[in-house]
Amino acid sequence: MAAPRHSAMLSISNAATPQSTSSDRTQAPQQPQSPAPTQGLRVPSNRKTIYDRHLNRSRNAESSRASFAYLFAEMVTYAQRRVTGIQDLEKRLNEQGYPLGLRLLDLLFYRATSTSSSALSSSSTSSSPPNRPLRILTLLHLIHGPLWRLLFQRSADALEHSVSPDTPNEYMITDNDPLVNTYISVPREMSMLNCAAFVAGIIEGVCDGCGFEAKVSTHNQPTEMWPSRTVFLVKFGDSVMEREKVLERAGIK
Amino acid sequence: MSYYFTILSPTDTPIFNIAFGTSKSGGDGIARFRFPDTAQYMNQFIIHSSLDIVEETQWTNGGMYLKHIDTYPPAAAYISAFLTPSGARFLLLHQPPQLPASNSSSLGASSLLGASGSTTRASSSSIAANPTSPQTEEAVRQFMNEIYESYVKTAMSPFYKQGMEIRSPVFRTKVTAAGKKWL
Repeated sequence: MAAPRHSAMLSISNAATPQSTSSDRTQAPQQPQSPAPTQGLRVPSNRKTIYDRHLNRSRNAESSRASFAYLFAEMVTYAQRRVTGIQDLEKRLNEQGYPLGLRLLDLLFYRATSTSSSALSSSSTSSSPPNRPLRILTLLHLIHGPLWRLLFQRSADALEHSVSPDTPNEYMITDNDPLVNTYISVPREMSMLNCAAFVAGIIEGVCDGCGFEAKVSTHNQPTEMWPSRTVFLVKFGDSVMEREKVLERAGIK
Repeated sequence: MSYYFTILSPTDTPIFNIAFGTSKSGGDGIARFRFPDTAQYMNQFIIHSSLDIVEETQWTNGGMYLKHIDTYPPAAAYISAFLTPSGARFLLLHQPPQLPASNSSSLGASSLLGASGSTTRASSSSIAANPTSPQTEEAVRQFMNEIYESYVKTAMSPFYKQGMEIRSPVFRTKVTAAGKKWL
């Protein structure tokens, strides 16, 4: 009993003596690397944080389809494990895509500003940064073109406005052969399911990020030529339609 | 010149802020606001009160950098804004240095602030003391673009959710470095 107590007292008295503090002080500068700004941070061995990596480095890099298909299948399985029905499953896939949409939006604009050849507006000749979308149509063109190209290396196949006068807030983006559904075969009893709900989530994230409150749903509309043709139905909220009218009157594009 | 920089999330939560001074023309990079040290919250008051104007301008001006949008004359504070496409707001408050003439006068605090605001604009033409000049706008634009790059990197991190406070010391260092470089 006595020995440990004694040693504990020893260590206390050691810490209090000026001798030990001075030796600490001399030891401190000898330690090889302790950069002041990153203290308390764990940095990788090459000392590079995410802030040191260039965002355009992976610009033209593509991930393999096999690994994408595998990961996406795992995501669907993960989402399916805890759901009650198809709608619930689609909602979960949608939620997985949403944060991705918010991020892609920032990345898309960053890449468009940092490179002189603007990827967002093909017609513009100036190197000025692209504008944030203010009107519905510019936003939809952004999704239909640049966003789709960033994700799938091609534009979406169609962009339509609802013809019904009751639903002027509905727009449709069509993809004839969505990449996400390429390696997914849906069981017969779940024929309503469309795993492109994940992409719908991405679209929703982009719309929301730009300040256009929207709900996006997926619908199977197979044709003879395109059996996995998918329509993304974008429904904008009332606040968006109201603002759209005000902006139209003000003549803002 | 003293600066106060804030990033607000789309839901108006402040996620990052920093105060620093100019490093140009012999500045030492330390913020010296005109408020006493006990009243630093004034910066936050002024900067957040400009949010109304940001939200008005945001639907008429499609650019990301909205330039100088608001002035608070009693404190000679100028506010520039930058909007990311995903709805985060970067706000920079800049306050030109106080002129020695108005320093020496021993007036009451409020009248001192008012007087210095008008004299600064009238008498000084240097870039640092002239917050609405094109050179300053350009410098702020460069500064904002550099922060935007770091912000995108933060946002792309899988461990970051939109609206979370940015605590990374590396991010802070990047902002300080950008401030040193451009402002």
